[in-house]
Amino acid sequence: MYKILKKMNLNPTVTLMEIDAPPIAAKGEPGQFVMLRVNENGERIPLTIADFDRQKGSITIIFQIVGATTEALNHKQEGESLQDLVGPLGVPSHVEGLKKVAVVGGGVGSAIAYPIAKKLHAQGTVVHSIVGFKTKDLVILEDEFKAVSDRMVMVTDDGSYGEKGLVTDALKELLDAGELYDEVIAIGPVIMMKFVSLLTKKYDIKTVVSMNSIMIDGTGMCGCCRLTVGGETKFACVDGPDFDGHKVDFDEAMQRGTMYRDFEQKCHEDVCNLYKMEVK
Amino acid sequence: MANMSLKKNEMPAQDPHVRNCNFQEVALGYTEAMALDEATRCLNCKHSPCIAGCPVEINIPAFIMKTAQGEFEEAYQIIAKDSSLPAVCGRVCPQESQCELVCVRGIKGEPVGIGRLERFVADRHIETIKEKPVKPESNGRKVAVIGSGPAGLTCAGDLAKKGYDVTIFEALHTPGGVLVYGIPEFRLPKSIVQKEIDVLKELGVTIRTNMVIGKSVSVDELLDEQGFEAVFIGSGAGLPTFMHIPGENLKGVYSANEYLTRVNLMKAYRPDTATPIKKSSKVAVVGGGNVAMDAARCAKRLGAEEVYIIYRRSEEELPARAEEVEHAKEEGIIFKLLNNPVRILGDEQLCVTGIECLEMKLGEPDDSGRRRPVPVEGSEWTIPLDTVIMAIGTSPNPLIKSTTKGLETQKWGGIIAEDPSGKTSRDHIYAGGDAVTGAATVILAMGAGKCAAKAIDEELNAAK
Repeated sequence: MYKILKKMNLNPTVTLMEIDAPPIAAKGEPGQFVMLRVNENGERIPLTIADFDRQKGSITIIFQIVGATTEALNHKQEGESLQDLVGPLGVPSHVEGLKKVAVVGGGVGSAIAYPIAKKLHAQGTVVHSIVGFKTKDLVILEDEFKAVSDRMVMVTDDGSYGEKGLVTDALKELLDAGELYDEVIAIGPVIMMKFVSLLTKKYDIKTVVSMNSIMIDGTGMCGCCRLTVGGETKFACVDGPDFDGHKVDFDEAMQRGTMYRDFEQKCHEDVCNLYKMEVK
Repeated sequence: MANMSLKKNEMPAQDPHVRNCNFQEVALGYTEAMALDEATRCLNCKHSPCIAGCPVEINIPAFIMKTAQGEFEEAYQIIAKDSSLPAVCGRVCPQESQCELVCVRGIKGEPVGIGRLERFVADRHIETIKEKPVKPESNGRKVAVIGSGPAGLTCAGDLAKKGYDVTIFEALHTPGGVLVYGIPEFRLPKSIVQKEIDVLKELGVTIRTNMVIGKSVSVDELLDEQGFEAVFIGSGAGLPTFMHIPGENLKGVYSANEYLTRVNLMKAYRPDTATPIKKSSKVAVVGGGNVAMDAARCAKRLGAEEVYIIYRRSEEELPARAEEVEHAKEEGIIFKLLNNPVRILGDEQLCVTGIECLEMKLGEPDDSGRRRPVPVEGSEWTIPLDTVIMAIGTSPNPLIKSTTKGLETQKWGGIIAEDPSGKTSRDHIYAGGDAVTGAATVILAMGAGKCAAKAIDEELNAAK
């Protein structure tokens, strides 16, 4: 169960894994996520389904190594298995009836944006992709995005690849040039989604964001992932993860995301030390 | 001649100031001598009110008579006829409002310690019986059970004993439902739950963890595509309730579900696990039920210096078991009764700094028969805190309802099911436990699982 069929490092901190999970592959849709545990005493973490192969019965996850759990996950090799994997969870992204969409991906969030762009493209929607990274070394999924986009803009913060600037700069340029979108789908760091939403609000374009809150069960049981949307409390796991970007309280979401930062940092160091010891 | 002592044999327990720093079981269980002595307090009354007081009608006087004679395994077998989880119910059943409430000995003095005897007999069985249960001959007919809490485990066990090929689908990675994620180790050791689950496996029950019905697979797919002839829904009441007061999304505000899941299921109290939990020093738990007591006592064990229970009615109305309230008090939990939170206060980083409460007084009785709490004008006051845990109830998760066409539910989400069969508005679909009643007790859920197993067996036999 949950065997790792393929593992690939997309950049020094981002890894792709294809995992054997026929029931999830049969049902999964872009926008949905899985919860996984790497090992017996591990925590449960949510990861968005980056791709799926219904025939092969596999799903793909793409993750950035940010803490103890993703570090441990990254130490798993092809042929090994995950402890637990459950899904598909959350509501699939709504793509029906969209004629022209700007898909904005930031950093590892691009991995979540990609399957949506792919689905839009497959149903004949005109897709403009704007993907942004800090620097050239961190660029991922460039070819994949190109293949499903009618137009693609690559930006890096430092200008080492593509255009220099932020995704919001690139999006603004397109909007100012007169591009009309039914919808903007923005997935990346919360701060990026906040500023994309602020920008599109001015242009009055519906904007959907994907919220990656802290979760435990992923089925609506704990309420850990709650966020404020249009003044109401929502659970990212069952009401989302997609929400109207013009209604999300991003500042609160950013703060909630830091709840366990100290603990996570310490755990990450502990795990790293453990692996270093193994190497010695 | 019966033992006419007016008092129950006391339950040996860990010292409160020792146990509030560890997660080992609080109550240590009767010794054989205590059990023998307590059993002789039973008068074996002819009208046996205790049997009617038990939701699953265990023949209580009969098992106690056997206990008094030292025939503990025989005593166990009498309980096992009606209960699938004696070691669990002996620990968590609210006996004081069921069997022991109507015990004749309780008219003058304390009732017989029925729950303590049940626990003794069940633990003795676990310790001494080494042979594994025999897997019954299969009748080749498949039944699906959704959820592995008390309702699901019971339903699955009863059907497996009749030869059905039972598969339990569990959403989490460990089976046991609320027995594992909700009730803490110090009240119900997980090894006991595991033993009950092992018995089911010996009986041939398949348990598929990590399966969220309604997402991974739907009820209709189980019936139409996967060859199950009936489905029992025992998915519990897992949806947390919040108060909808300002500050509830601050960092440091937990639902009791989240807090208890981190502690119990994910074992955040152990240094060898990766799940984080806040290191709190001042904690308020809002609510007065068993879940509130559990959360408060967990917080204390995790090192909090001050732990408050905030409840809007008085001590008399506390829904928690008297024993749990007593244990909580002994462990140093501070009760702020007749108080209702109006908002949670936070700092610039959105971390909890306190809770503002309004004092209450009791007015006229409401629909529940309890006196309605009425706010005392201008009585606002603040407790400085870093953590708030909301333990004000749960409701059934809407996932199964929303993905199963024609399955009728109450407005508040409970699945509508006939009593006692558990038949729902859909053919071949049964339901029971908290998914039907809303949050209730382990024993009621177990009883519902039992009745549904019987009804499913009757339906499938009739259709043969």
